[in-house]
Amino acid sequence: MSGAAPTVPEPFDWSSPQAAARRRRRYAADRRLRIYGLVSVLVAVGLLGILIASLVVGGYSAFVQTHIAVEFTADPENVPAGDPTSGNYRAVITNAVQQLFPELESRSELRTAGDILSKGTANMVRNHVVANPELVGRSFTLEVPASDPFDQLNKGVIDRNLPEDRRRVSDFEIGLFESLEARGLVSTLFNWALFVNSDSRFPELAGLAGALVGSFYALLVCFLVSFPVGIAAAIYLEEFAPKNRWTDLVEVNINNLAAVPSIVFGLLGLAVFIQLFGLPRSAPLVGGLVLSLMTLPTMIIVTRAALKSIPPSVREAALGIGASRHEVILHHVLPLALPGILTGTIIGLAQALGETAPLLLIGMNAFLTTPPGGVMDPATALPTQIFIWADSPERGFVSRTSAAILVLLGFLIVMNAIAIHLRQRFERRW
Amino acid sequence: MNMLAEAAVEDAINRDSARTETVKMQASGVNVFYGEKQALFDVDLAVRKNQVTALIGPSGCGKSTFLRCLNRMNDTIDICRVTGSITLDGEDIYDPKIDVVELRARVGMVFQKPNPFPKSIYENVAYGPRIHGLASSRSELDAIIETSLQKAGLWNEVKDRLNEPGTGLSGGQQQRLCIARAIAVSPEVILMDEPCSALDPIATARVEELIDELRENYTIVIVTHSMQQAARVSQRTAMFHLGRLVEEGPTGKMFTNPEDKRTQDYVTGRFG
Repeated sequence: MSGAAPTVPEPFDWSSPQAAARRRRRYAADRRLRIYGLVSVLVAVGLLGILIASLVVGGYSAFVQTHIAVEFTADPENVPAGDPTSGNYRAVITNAVQQLFPELESRSELRTAGDILSKGTANMVRNHVVANPELVGRSFTLEVPASDPFDQLNKGVIDRNLPEDRRRVSDFEIGLFESLEARGLVSTLFNWALFVNSDSRFPELAGLAGALVGSFYALLVCFLVSFPVGIAAAIYLEEFAPKNRWTDLVEVNINNLAAVPSIVFGLLGLAVFIQLFGLPRSAPLVGGLVLSLMTLPTMIIVTRAALKSIPPSVREAALGIGASRHEVILHHVLPLALPGILTGTIIGLAQALGETAPLLLIGMNAFLTTPPGGVMDPATALPTQIFIWADSPERGFVSRTSAAILVLLGFLIVMNAIAIHLRQRFERRW
Repeated sequence: MNMLAEAAVEDAINRDSARTETVKMQASGVNVFYGEKQALFDVDLAVRKNQVTALIGPSGCGKSTFLRCLNRMNDTIDICRVTGSITLDGEDIYDPKIDVVELRARVGMVFQKPNPFPKSIYENVAYGPRIHGLASSRSELDAIIETSLQKAGLWNEVKDRLNEPGTGLSGGQQQRLCIARAIAVSPEVILMDEPCSALDPIATARVEELIDELRENYTIVIVTHSMQQAARVSQRTAMFHLGRLVEEGPTGKMFTNPEDKRTQDYVTGRFG
């Protein structure tokens, strides 16, 4: 203790107006902080709500499709009984249209009437007859999709009250369509084509099947590459790497890599995987590799964080009874870190699922009417399919773009839900 | 000191006179650095076979650091550097030729906070024997687990629920499970780093009793903050202060007639 006696402070008067005012100011600051936070959350939720609402409003109509019940006759004259594949189905349809509108005389009027049916009708009728060969020589009714303008007309997107020169369908066409409606042949059914078909030039036939399969293959490749490589790299950096300038450099670069714009990875993929290694363009293999380059840094960072979060007591317990390093890591640390790693992996994959730019560069935005058969076949992915549709002029693609975005968001939500579930299921306490 | 501790000290003196004096581990001129900071200065200390050696001293005096040098647990800390020599049965454990896995199997450790693996009670004890290949059959492994749990005084409490998680036991039981886990690999030395600091007095008494029993078969080094505990369980006591070994001797003498003023002050509760 120093020599001079410390001066005793005046006892603090807690009830003085100054003290009360000071406390009030502190409470007010608490309240303000809370309100700022609340407002931010509301803004974020509101924007998300607007996004989802606008997508639902714009996209819900793509989940249904106007169908027209048409009676076809597979007369043996057009469809040979022995070989239904090679039949003249165009003629079958022309006959069906004539039957539908017996009052039409001229060829051009009949062609206009035929355009109410989707361009894919001939294909659908043929597939139906080939699958049921006993139909040759008989009549049967099939619900075929209406072509896009009439689908839009039925859904009310095209306004019947507009002057004729300002809409896609003429008064004559509307008359034909209304006569079908009057006969009860028009129905609005769930649009399975959206999930079963691949892309098409005709909106009523276009679907996401090819994109879904392409995205699946690309994510599979991405997972198979980035999961083991990411975990191994993270384990090395976290558990084995000496702390020196080189490992610091590696660490800084991994963190920087996570912030590199994804289009740069696309360029890298184009230059390395396609130019140098000669892998095919548009292939999910290349897409997956590029996406794995993108997810790798995230994966490494997440895995390292998960490993770091395991309390040292677990390592010490194992080391203390003579476990070797790999035993400590593989038997104790990694199993405990796994929920965190899996969560990070799924979130990384979800990010990869929504990535568009690098896929555009490696050509995964091709127009393809069949789903890819493997990782080497040309393919599109969900986000690139959205990109293609958003670029298409047909009216029907507007709502289909929104619908495709909703499907993509649906997958993202499912993946995140799985991540949350895994975390809760496997999290262990110690 | 109260009567109880007085009696314990008396007891310790009596125990002192009858025992072998073989040195199990010998530290000579041990210095430990954490980066630039030196944590231990020139420590010379002998750990005698089948005795309990207590390391005492105020917080931050280096006693835990010293303990962790004895099975090279400090190796896991990158910036930690150890100089000098520590021998186990005359072999330098810091020799590059020494197998650290074998060393840690021979010199087991029990930690301050009970840290059972988040696995079943059975698996906790079975883990060590399994990785070292100590049992050639399931029945042999079962036997090791039963004896280890019995030696740790836990068998009767857990024999009917060996498949329940070890983390579900009470704190005292968890610590005895950790002791059983250490015993299961048949170590020669057991290091204990404040094993009772997270336990209530009843569990503490149980563990102390156990330490005394374990002395029959093992050499024990224990770090403790409790003077009474040191007096109750140990035969020899070493006093650390500011990274230096102040004094080492038979427990009875250390508590009744220490040579150093600092030991005197510490054991009588004047500082620390």
